[in-house]
Amino acid sequence: MSAIIQVKNLSKSYWRNSLEIPVLHDISLDVQEGEFLALMGPSGSGKTTLLNLIAGIDRPTNGEVTVAGTNIAKLGESALAKWRSSNVGFVFQFYNLIPVLTAFENVELPLLLTKLSKSERRKHVEATLNIVGLGDRMSHYPKQLSGGQEQRVAIARAIVTDPVILVADEPTGDLDRKAAEEILTLIDRLNKEFKKTVLVVTHDPHAAEKASRKLHLDKGDLV
Amino acid sequence: MKVFKLIFRNALRHKLRTSLTILGITIAIIAFGLLRTVVTIWDSTVDATMANRLVTRQSVSFIFPLPFSYKDKIETIDGVKNVSGAAWFQGVYKDKSNFFARVAVDDNYFEVYPELVLSKQDFENYKKQRNACVVGSQIAKQYNFKIGDQIVLDGDIFPGRWEFEVRGIYQPKNKNTDATQMLFHIDYLNERMIAETPARANQVMWYMVQIKDPNRSAQISNQIDALFKNSTAETKTETEKAFTQGFVSASGAIITAMNWMSFMIIGIILLVVANTMIMSARERTREYAVFKTLGFSALHLTGLILGESMLIACLGGGIGLFLTFPIVSGFEQAMPKGFFPFFFIEPITIVLAVTATLMVGFLSAIFPIQRALGTKIVDGFRFVG
Repeated sequence: MSAIIQVKNLSKSYWRNSLEIPVLHDISLDVQEGEFLALMGPSGSGKTTLLNLIAGIDRPTNGEVTVAGTNIAKLGESALAKWRSSNVGFVFQFYNLIPVLTAFENVELPLLLTKLSKSERRKHVEATLNIVGLGDRMSHYPKQLSGGQEQRVAIARAIVTDPVILVADEPTGDLDRKAAEEILTLIDRLNKEFKKTVLVVTHDPHAAEKASRKLHLDKGDLV
Repeated sequence: MKVFKLIFRNALRHKLRTSLTILGITIAIIAFGLLRTVVTIWDSTVDATMANRLVTRQSVSFIFPLPFSYKDKIETIDGVKNVSGAAWFQGVYKDKSNFFARVAVDDNYFEVYPELVLSKQDFENYKKQRNACVVGSQIAKQYNFKIGDQIVLDGDIFPGRWEFEVRGIYQPKNKNTDATQMLFHIDYLNERMIAETPARANQVMWYMVQIKDPNRSAQISNQIDALFKNSTAETKTETEKAFTQGFVSASGAIITAMNWMSFMIIGIILLVVANTMIMSARERTREYAVFKTLGFSALHLTGLILGESMLIACLGGGIGLFLTFPIVSGFEQAMPKGFFPFFFIEPITIVLAVTATLMVGFLSAIFPIQRALGTKIVDGFRFVG
């Protein structure tokens, strides 16, 4: 297996007025293709920041992040947006579905940026919603779904473009135990059955058990 | 799924708020249309004047008369084509609220005013009968005047009971030609004055002077006024436009205020729509972060926000413009009859209303777009609305 994600000497600081607040210090790590990596650590340890940097939704202060051969730290805003749309699938703790769109339309959203025809988009969306077990809920709006179902729609939206990596930030953090188990099983299935490289941020040891590798962060350092 | 569908659903996310905003724009556009109509109609009275007509009146004020004898003298000036005397009669037709211009005129008045179109037959009939009158088509319609009808006026400036017979109905040549006048023979008025008030006989209030070359208006005006210098009734001659502007300027402050108000209304509604859009964009900060995360560009987000703003503005503006026509018509009906010689929505008012609507839609979206694009994705996800 080759490293699909290479992080080299990555640092990130935030600035509050003139005060520098370091969040990550000189992080280096490799993630192999098809790996299921869990990033763990207490609140404020920098795990979400690391995930955001790898996913290209935040910029490093120093260092490099290379995903599938592209050093994303060097990409401009529009190039980075385009890169994200085809390479990264996101799953958030609070689902972040668009409330005025149905499950089908939410999943279709990333495909609107592709050149697929309407019928091709429909096929992709239906197939993806069937994978997450919501083939019968396509016309439902987010408020008509349970938390677990909403998160499954969010996962469908994340994988509908067949991205290189799937990143999930506390995907079970807002769910009850049963729904959380279903989501973890689904993510595990995406990793094992569909060979997706998965990065999950969690502080729940039970959630991390599904991962093939666990990394711990504390105060911005890998420990 | 089309982007327009998303714009439409976003606009209807808060139905009450959107409805109230649309209602606000609708009312603002109606008010704008009504105010602008009044302002433009006022201006149109000046535009309806002709460059080849001069008005000669007493230099002190147009309420003081000029003698009949001036007519022949003015006609001797080189460049003068026609001179027609006129006197403001006023009077009351049944009720004081029935207002329309009643003017005693020379027979050549229709030559000086070719935009008052009277058939040859009607004009011949009018000339034959001393107490004949000609009415504009608009008041003929309003009061159901027909040829042969009697009109009785209760005189105030010229006291007494005055009986007229309608012998002609003139049509306005242009849209802004006054079709609300009642014109009758100045000789009819003069005969009564000779008999009843000789001191007021053989007088007109003003002369309409038709000239051959409008470029010579200043020169001819000076020549006319020079003729009567140091007489008992010195004259002031000016172009019809300047004369009409003198009338209009008396109401100038009100018109200026109305003009400003019409644009202030647009300014206020701009703030209302901008407020709605700012609230909407603020509530959707996380959603915009999601769109950015999924790869949607700044152009996409701009389209979403601008589209929603334009949709709300255009709905309100469209309904407002649509309703402006019946409301302006109702306003005209509610005013005393003949208060405005003509009353219609000028094309420029429609153009301004459409422009204002588009401007409101566009300007209201600027700040929310700036905010949506300027917020980093990670900050967007952290945002708690």
